[in-house]
Amino acid sequence: MSPRPGFVLDVDSSTPSTLFWHGERFSLETLPEGSRVIYAPEPMDPLSDPQAAIRHALTHPEGDRDPLPALLFQGMRLTIAFDDISLPLPPMERPDIRQLVIEQVLDLAADAGVDDVELIVALALHRRMTEPELRHALGDRIYDAFAPNGLLTQHDAEDPDNLIHLGTTDHGEDVEINKRAAESDLLVYVNINLVAMDGGHKSVATGLASYKSLRHHHNPATMRKSRSFMDQHKSELHTANWRMGRLIRDAGVKVFQIETTLNTDTFPDAFKFLQKREWEWKAKDRLAFLGASKALDRVPARYARQIFHSVKAPHRMTSVQAGEVEAVHAITTANVWEQQGVVVEGQTDILTMGLPYISPYNVNSILNPILVACLGLGYFFNLYRGKPLVREGGVLIMTHPTPWEFNPVHHPSYIDFFEQVLSETTDANVMSEQYEHGFATDPWYIHLYRTGHAYHGVHPFYMWYWCAHALEHLGGVIIVGGDPKAVHRLGFRAASTLADALEMAKDLVGPSPTLTHLHTPPILMADVQ
Amino acid sequence: MSGTRDSSRSLRSRRAVRTDAALGDHAAAPRRLRPSAWLSRAGRSTFPVAAPTWPGSVARPAPEPDLGVHYDTAWSRKYPVRLARAVVLDNVTRPLARIVAQPQLRGDEYLADLEGPVIFAANHSSHVDTPLLLACLPLQFRHRTVVAAAADYFFDRRWKADAFSFLLGAIPIERTKVNRRSADLAAELLGDDWNLVIFPEGGRSPDGWAQEFRGGAAYLAARTGRPVVPVHLDGTRHILPKGGGTVRRIRTTVTFGTPLWPAEGEDARRFAGRIEAAVATLANESTTDWWTARKLAARGETPSLQGPDVAAWRRSWALAPAPDRTPAIDAEGNDWPRTAH
Repeated sequence: MSPRPGFVLDVDSSTPSTLFWHGERFSLETLPEGSRVIYAPEPMDPLSDPQAAIRHALTHPEGDRDPLPALLFQGMRLTIAFDDISLPLPPMERPDIRQLVIEQVLDLAADAGVDDVELIVALALHRRMTEPELRHALGDRIYDAFAPNGLLTQHDAEDPDNLIHLGTTDHGEDVEINKRAAESDLLVYVNINLVAMDGGHKSVATGLASYKSLRHHHNPATMRKSRSFMDQHKSELHTANWRMGRLIRDAGVKVFQIETTLNTDTFPDAFKFLQKREWEWKAKDRLAFLGASKALDRVPARYARQIFHSVKAPHRMTSVQAGEVEAVHAITTANVWEQQGVVVEGQTDILTMGLPYISPYNVNSILNPILVACLGLGYFFNLYRGKPLVREGGVLIMTHPTPWEFNPVHHPSYIDFFEQVLSETTDANVMSEQYEHGFATDPWYIHLYRTGHAYHGVHPFYMWYWCAHALEHLGGVIIVGGDPKAVHRLGFRAASTLADALEMAKDLVGPSPTLTHLHTPPILMADVQ
Repeated sequence: MSGTRDSSRSLRSRRAVRTDAALGDHAAAPRRLRPSAWLSRAGRSTFPVAAPTWPGSVARPAPEPDLGVHYDTAWSRKYPVRLARAVVLDNVTRPLARIVAQPQLRGDEYLADLEGPVIFAANHSSHVDTPLLLACLPLQFRHRTVVAAAADYFFDRRWKADAFSFLLGAIPIERTKVNRRSADLAAELLGDDWNLVIFPEGGRSPDGWAQEFRGGAAYLAARTGRPVVPVHLDGTRHILPKGGGTVRRIRTTVTFGTPLWPAEGEDARRFAGRIEAAVATLANESTTDWWTARKLAARGETPSLQGPDVAAWRRSWALAPAPDRTPAIDAEGNDWPRTAH
């Protein structure tokens, strides 16, 4: 049976309770009659033979590119860059797509007699990946062949010796990227396209860029003008990346882009109920829900976190295409929308969403309050095309425990940002002008970023900037079940129950509001008409 | 941090919160619920303990094709299930058949040296026919036999499909149209040394007279090369006729015929006619005697199973009247099943 498309449920008296994520927990909430619930499409059928599909993509490229074997020659410098730990979410079961693709690229390179090959993790300002994470993404065969010889490196956006300034766009944006990648005869980029904003020129122009380059589009003005990040035609972030990507191309960097898409089969069998529609839960699903929710309620949060971060998603590749960046990305984006798109009629006064335990920036880590805000306001709010799901001046209600808790190894600058910056202002412009430079150039944060596993000092600012469009658009944000002190620090309102939150929201949007619930994950994109 | 914990718990449903208040806050002296209280709770349980309701705005999907001819009966032929079915057949079905149907066996000697698998083709006038026939099969066939049952009747509900697969070893057969899946399954089982009980009429007699035999049994015999044993069941329509709601204790006769093989080049339709004629002869034998029936058969004068082609009341009039009720054990104290030879 072919997978069913996503749809919008109108809640009536016969509708069972609706699943809400609550960090490492979840609950069933009764929504008012007349509410809407947006359900994601079912996972598409994966490619039956991914190896053959990859081989075909490499030898039948899209756009103005020769087949990969024709681009490889003896004596060349070949660099293979790939997406970091932030993709996909949750991390996928082995073998990871990156392993499958890169092994085939290396096979072709070996056939062509290419000796000078280097692999680079395109992590921009993200934390460096650990050895187990790299082994998971690349497989032991690749890791053992390249890492011991120093040929598997992680991009360093603060290494002046390995950055090259390629020029300035007509908008005055510096384009500075990884020197090894830029000076190679061929740069192969291996991408996993989880959502529509991934991939394309963003892969190189962001993933291999320096802070000096990134600051031109990771700022409040660009984020506010991106409506949304997922809509390439209305995303200023996308536009800026495209300007930079074209400059990189014009500067002579030859990129062979390999992009892949995944289906939304997000959870293994034990948690399959999380991606089912509630009225289709069988006894097994209900038992799994009751067992999991009761058990998670009783274990300390850190153990619950460990349980969930050990979950590997069974999602599988639905497409792979390679060649010239823009031609490839057009196909990729269409495939992403085919899997995730849901048509939604009209906006709502109140948008509710249950926030899960994971975001791109806390894999194997803690979803701290800043990341909670970013996940809800930066990512989930932006899962739309056309118009936001919630009307201007409407209210966003999120459910998450929002603990006042940080991972000091991964997010050291977040701690200071939360204590020093958010205690003073929640205005992104003020932050940008008064605080960003200090955090971005702090030697300690730079040291931790370059040598440890810490996100760059400026990263919490970027997280807040991601929220800028939502914060400007919304009349209020309420977090249900969150730590009140942490929620208030974020500038949001805290509610004990969903019912309380709805009452609080009525103060802002009127006594008879419309309500829509975004039932995700699995990821969906609302095409708001 | 207590605020955090309280807040996180507050998201749970109101019911869950009440439960925690009752059990968690007084952990020092936990109250044990009596069994009656648990039962009471279970009776008014809601989702997710109970099954979810279906939203009114969502159309129910078409039933998944796992019933009818799509029902997978493989589980019912696993050894543990066969063992359980054998226990039920020998310890429940056969004693019940003895009490209710008092079957008299005829012609079972034909089966003594017959090697399986075999197709048993019988007339059909009551739901009693299947358990009665299974109860009367010789031991070498009894516990390795499947029954061809109407997919639209016995496999239209999950519980029915499960129950009849388990109790009778039923397999679904499409009777309203030709279905490759049904035929393939039956042929596959015959090839796997399973015997098959089939009622070629395709359903119970509506008026006591048999219906025309269809070609299913003949087709399977021709396809697999296995013999067809004609069987006549007499009297079962008086125990539980079609449309009847009560069971009467009536003496019955189960008559086995000599095995039939399809002739070289004989098509299924002609072979089905031969099977029907053989069952008609057995029917005649059950009301007369073997020699009389054979002579009539040789002359082609065996009364038709389908009764006279006359007005309905005359057809009904021509049927044999129901015999008087009989005691569970006959006056002579014969062992069950009683045999005519």
